[in-house]
Amino acid sequence: MAKLDLDPALVSRARELARRAGQPVVDLARSHTTVSVERAVLRLAGVTGADPDGIPWVNRLVDAVVDEVGLEHGVALPVFDALAREGLPAGDLTLLAQKAAAGSVRFGVPTGKAATAARKVASKATGAGLKAIDRRRAERDRLIKRFGDPKQRPWIYLIVATGDIYEDIPQAQAAARAGADVIAVIRSTGQSLLDYVPEGPTREGFAGTYATQENFRLMRAALDESSRELKRYVRLTNYASGLCMPEMATLAGLERLDMMLNDSMYGILFRDINPIRTFVDQRFSRQVHARAGIIINTGEDNYLTTADAVDEAHTVTVSQLLNEFFAHEAGLANWQLGLGHAFEINPEVPESFRLELAHALLARELFPDAPLKWMPPTKHMTGDVFRGNLLDGFFNLAGAMTGQGILLVGMMTEAVVTPWLSDRDIALQNVRYVLGAAGGLHEDFVPAPGGFIQQRANLVLAEAVRLLEKIEGDTLLQAIAEGTFGIMKRPADRGKGLAGVAKHADDYFNPATELLEAS
Amino acid sequence: MSDIVRPYGDTTGDGMVQLSFTLPIAHDKRAEGAALQLAGKMGMDPAMLVHAKQMGDGFTFFVVYGRVNHLVDTSKVEVVERDFPLLSAKEVNALVKRGLRRKLSVVGACIGTDAHTVGIDAILNVKGIAGEKGLEYYRELKVTNLGAQVTVPELVAAAQRERADAVLVSQVVTQRDAHLHNTREMSAAFREALPADKRPLLVVGGPRFDESMAGELGVDRIFGRGTTPGEVASYLVHELVQP
Repeated sequence: MAKLDLDPALVSRARELARRAGQPVVDLARSHTTVSVERAVLRLAGVTGADPDGIPWVNRLVDAVVDEVGLEHGVALPVFDALAREGLPAGDLTLLAQKAAAGSVRFGVPTGKAATAARKVASKATGAGLKAIDRRRAERDRLIKRFGDPKQRPWIYLIVATGDIYEDIPQAQAAARAGADVIAVIRSTGQSLLDYVPEGPTREGFAGTYATQENFRLMRAALDESSRELKRYVRLTNYASGLCMPEMATLAGLERLDMMLNDSMYGILFRDINPIRTFVDQRFSRQVHARAGIIINTGEDNYLTTADAVDEAHTVTVSQLLNEFFAHEAGLANWQLGLGHAFEINPEVPESFRLELAHALLARELFPDAPLKWMPPTKHMTGDVFRGNLLDGFFNLAGAMTGQGILLVGMMTEAVVTPWLSDRDIALQNVRYVLGAAGGLHEDFVPAPGGFIQQRANLVLAEAVRLLEKIEGDTLLQAIAEGTFGIMKRPADRGKGLAGVAKHADDYFNPATELLEAS
Repeated sequence: MSDIVRPYGDTTGDGMVQLSFTLPIAHDKRAEGAALQLAGKMGMDPAMLVHAKQMGDGFTFFVVYGRVNHLVDTSKVEVVERDFPLLSAKEVNALVKRGLRRKLSVVGACIGTDAHTVGIDAILNVKGIAGEKGLEYYRELKVTNLGAQVTVPELVAAAQRERADAVLVSQVVTQRDAHLHNTREMSAAFREALPADKRPLLVVGGPRFDESMAGELGVDRIFGRGTTPGEVASYLVHELVQP
């Protein structure tokens, strides 16, 4: 396609710099574990349910192991060793968790024959969890074959956020009927900072619905019904972010979610989660997403809600390149990279639409095989719903002109109310009109050689390369500490969830990572 | 000039307004009649149904234009007018330096489960909003931004640690009146933790607050949508610095 006349040498240099900036973080992730990674391992091995206070058994079990032997060996060996000593079958991990919570089980790190035996059983048990994820992936492939993919690109992505899963379901089904190809269930505010995954169906959330395994299952079943009715596979999105990212990814794989919001730095920047915790959790969750055939959505749009969308456009490109590197390293394929970017330039800026086109096209050309996620205006939505609707129309048009993969439907009532039924209908009408009238415009839209759009795109790429050079020199953790992205300063020795991080001991064992990396 | 006005469509005194809403019924003649009935009860007479469209199974969206007979008396409107002079960053700095002889300490946070730091960041971050720099930019202000999802005890502790002259809290999420509950909880905690003369100035802001509710919520000031860092800084100086 090559519409921007980008210098291929500069593009390769940008990728190489992203690799070099990212590699130390990967090394860090490979040599550390977190409580949430360990809980995800136990979930794969079949631990389910929660105690009467709603604290999941995986939390109780990991906490018990950490109390006695620490986190640095991984929990798999101590847990499966205890299981054997207690004479419980491999399927009874949940019972072991209950006993551990009651204080009637002792944990140790086994050596010699006991270690070999525990390792074998642990691998088999977590392997069974991964096989369950494989079956769900095959099931998705079958359903897509049967019902088909959406007829058009971009896929139309709509949000539901009632707080009550039983209200979300009819809303999601109505949205699918009205044209949504992807339904995202927004999580309750604050869930990202819970260090456990709530259990069961939930009806009480703030500005969103708690992500739980049961809510995942209920919504996926409802959308399967819609897929049958509409003869197109309706995808479901949730969040692999916050302190429980690895577990969310695992549960999403087990319940056949199709997309997950999963950004390498979002938790650090916007939720003040410890950087090391985030990068360790990130890597594991992406490995699971790779295995589960889940498309990740990265969060670059968020930078532009706090930083200026023109001055800081290159930070989006830098983050996309880093997200791409981390994703490939974790085994994700290009078709799984819903790299994010957004229409957030102040509409009062002269030529704002041409600038948007330049930025959107730059992302398109840098990542030709990724289903880019195109995010609507939020920062400059003022409450003037009429102007908002016009802005959303231009956003939709930019999406069509630059061949975006996933289009999050903008609401004219952004910043006013959580979307009403009528807001969603008007927003979808807007999308349908633009895609109907100009859906193929990206074929004809070729910016003038040397013109405004080409120049702008090349400038942003050059700025991105300069920033990557600086990051590579100073290290990524330092750049994050200094507030390079989204102007938030996040030092590596601060932030939430740091207590749940440990450097691997020499005998660290994680059967899930071993199996994920072998595949 | 009279204080009495009516809505203006295209002629003085025509009283024309527009209204859109959804009724949970399928679209048919009856539904249109129902929409007109609602408009009538709301005081629109005559009401013109200009658009009706069914959405999904049992909902219809309506747009109604019509005339209302209500009069508005602008002399009886009650609002919280800005009761302090608007200062430039330079003036703020000079007044703090002269009047306080130390930096004015400001602690900001989003409390409760609210993770939307957009508001507090717009006021505090150097970046600011709409071309106006945030409080971090003011040389004589010492800003501690605790970020999102800060618990009330954490906020009180930080305010004590930083010897805060003012505490700024932003609340965006309004579901189930979370912003009001959180604000009351916060002001109660400060009342409990500190005697009145040691208590920092409590300021809350957010797009859905009613600016006249400060007393009821136990805070010193509420700022609504569209507030700029300069207004907040000017207010802080007005309240905290002796001229």
